[in-house]
Amino acid sequence: MKRRTLLSTAALALTLGFGTAAAAQDVTAGFIYVGPIGDGGWTYEHDKGRLAVEDAFGDKVKTIYQESVPEGADSERAITQMALSGADIIFTTSFGYMDPTVSVAAKFPNVKFEHATGYKTADNVSVYSARFYEGRAIQGHIAGSMTKTNKIGYIASYPIPEVIRGINSAYIHAKKVNPDVEFSVIWAFTWFDPAKEADAARALIENGADVILQHTDSTAPQAAAADAGNVITFGQASDMGDYAPMPRVSSIIDNWAPYYIDRVQAVMDGTWESKDTWDGIGPGMVGIGEISDAVPAEVKEQALALKDAIAAGDYHPFTGPLNKADGSVWLADGEVADDGTLLGMDFYVEGITGDIPK
Amino acid sequence: MDLSSINPILLVASIMVSATPILLAAIGEMVVEKSGVLNLGVEGMMITGAVVGFAVAVNSTSPAAGFLAAAVAGALLSLAFGVLTQFLLSNQVATGLGLTLVGLGMSSLIGKPYEGMKSPTLPKLDIPLLSDLPVVGRMLFSHDLMVYLSLVLVALVWAFLKYTRAGLILRAVGESHDSAHALGYKVVRIRLIAILFGGACAGLGGAYLSLVRVPQWTEGMTAGAGWIALAIVVFASWRAGRVAIGAYLFGGVTVLQLNLQAAGADVPVALLSASPYLVTIIVLVIISALGAHGAPASLGRPFHASS
Repeated sequence: MKRRTLLSTAALALTLGFGTAAAAQDVTAGFIYVGPIGDGGWTYEHDKGRLAVEDAFGDKVKTIYQESVPEGADSERAITQMALSGADIIFTTSFGYMDPTVSVAAKFPNVKFEHATGYKTADNVSVYSARFYEGRAIQGHIAGSMTKTNKIGYIASYPIPEVIRGINSAYIHAKKVNPDVEFSVIWAFTWFDPAKEADAARALIENGADVILQHTDSTAPQAAAADAGNVITFGQASDMGDYAPMPRVSSIIDNWAPYYIDRVQAVMDGTWESKDTWDGIGPGMVGIGEISDAVPAEVKEQALALKDAIAAGDYHPFTGPLNKADGSVWLADGEVADDGTLLGMDFYVEGITGDIPK
Repeated sequence: MDLSSINPILLVASIMVSATPILLAAIGEMVVEKSGVLNLGVEGMMITGAVVGFAVAVNSTSPAAGFLAAAVAGALLSLAFGVLTQFLLSNQVATGLGLTLVGLGMSSLIGKPYEGMKSPTLPKLDIPLLSDLPVVGRMLFSHDLMVYLSLVLVALVWAFLKYTRAGLILRAVGESHDSAHALGYKVVRIRLIAILFGGACAGLGGAYLSLVRVPQWTEGMTAGAGWIALAIVVFASWRAGRVAIGAYLFGGVTVLQLNLQAAGADVPVALLSASPYLVTIIVLVIISALGAHGAPASLGRPFHASS
């Protein structure tokens, strides 16, 4: 009898113990990163979002993360591991995690998944991304106005719609202010490899480019451009303000914090639903870093006006007339691209030479 | 296709810069493996060298001090490997992998305050007469000191292994540690020295990345360069000259393919992107096929005087 009492008391204490622990931490939010937090770009900004979640909820949320998870099969293992370790919501923050995320999500129907920059959803999988191409339009404008050699170098990562959109948007707006402008695109086939990114920047500069745009995650191209001198660059994903005012003259800043806080809140409230979010400058998901003094005042003014027009919804960076690279008509005069085409974009606009690798 | 925008002078200059870090790490690892030890921690030692070299160069404003510190840091890390594998007889593969993980983690800890900082970089040498030669002067004779040091190091390692008594002993230890021991050579001591040399070289290679090639500190910046160095040692069948060929091929094709892309060459990008790996492997395999060159017979085997 006594022993039974003891046991039940112990059991009760255990339950209570777990109960309080659970109450202290309502939600565990997990993050899968493609690079190291210290990349100074893409992953760095996602991690700032994670820290903002911790700040906003304090003890009520626990965050876990894993850095430098390779895209592909290995990521499936990492995501599964995170789901098994008790995460309630998992943010997978790179395009290449798309299929692994969907397949792990099927095995854990009670865990919520949020995949960045992809397009596959499920009952427990949301996708979210930012309209980076809006920021690219502003970069293109500044780049086209400032280039002296009329050659703009672009370090692209993988041939996916998001990257192609950025190239097109930058090109359209550079061409608008400078009809002679040419784009050289290097496909690095990596998101993060500082040495290769620096080599790519150097190759572009040696081939005559005096503006470098990058769609890779580290600050290495900035360092290579600073070394070369007389070359301008733009911060990618993060402000990269350490390289201002030259070579970095402006930047696209990803601001994930409000979205992450919102989604973790939804999990707490039990109101989480699968949805498809694609926000731009207007709602604040894409920020434009300060345009430095290296940019002539009138160019800066035009760039800011362009930013305001995009933010207000008065202007869409993909407004016709626009042709595809093969010469066929894409958008008629005044026509605006629909999100479906943009999300699946697999072609260059007219004027960009070279092929997109398949 | 119009390739006229590629400037051959700048291209060769870039190739030399691109090949040097891998060459330094690979030549060090080759000596380690020649002594019969497999140290898979090259990546970890490289990145430690990268961060320590960067930190010291920033604080002392002397890149030379940075390189020196990087070599010492790489050697210290490899000493940990040496003590574990040579005295405590731990498994070399597992310890080497552990070394890589330690190096990656520790470097990001040390490097936190240095993100986004600029370092003093090595001055380009101005060699009298040679640097003034047209074309060739700019191409080959106006680099920083480390480029030449790495090539001198390759020559020294080659001569050491081929012509000196000490080199013969090192190879003997790598081929058959029991025989070497029976002849009275200090197997463990010789291997430790080789391990320290390998660590110092990997550290220098890492520092070259963070001080010259990139030049900045970014977490995880070696991004697999150490593994490439390891692979080159194997494909070069443990010969110093071939290690140099392999490193220059890999660095060269990497830079060349980026230049071809920048110039808009009409070649499939996927092929270009894979080309550094393909070309390096194919060429080194063809060279190796011309003769029988196995790994050092005692490679990776633990040794204890009592056994």
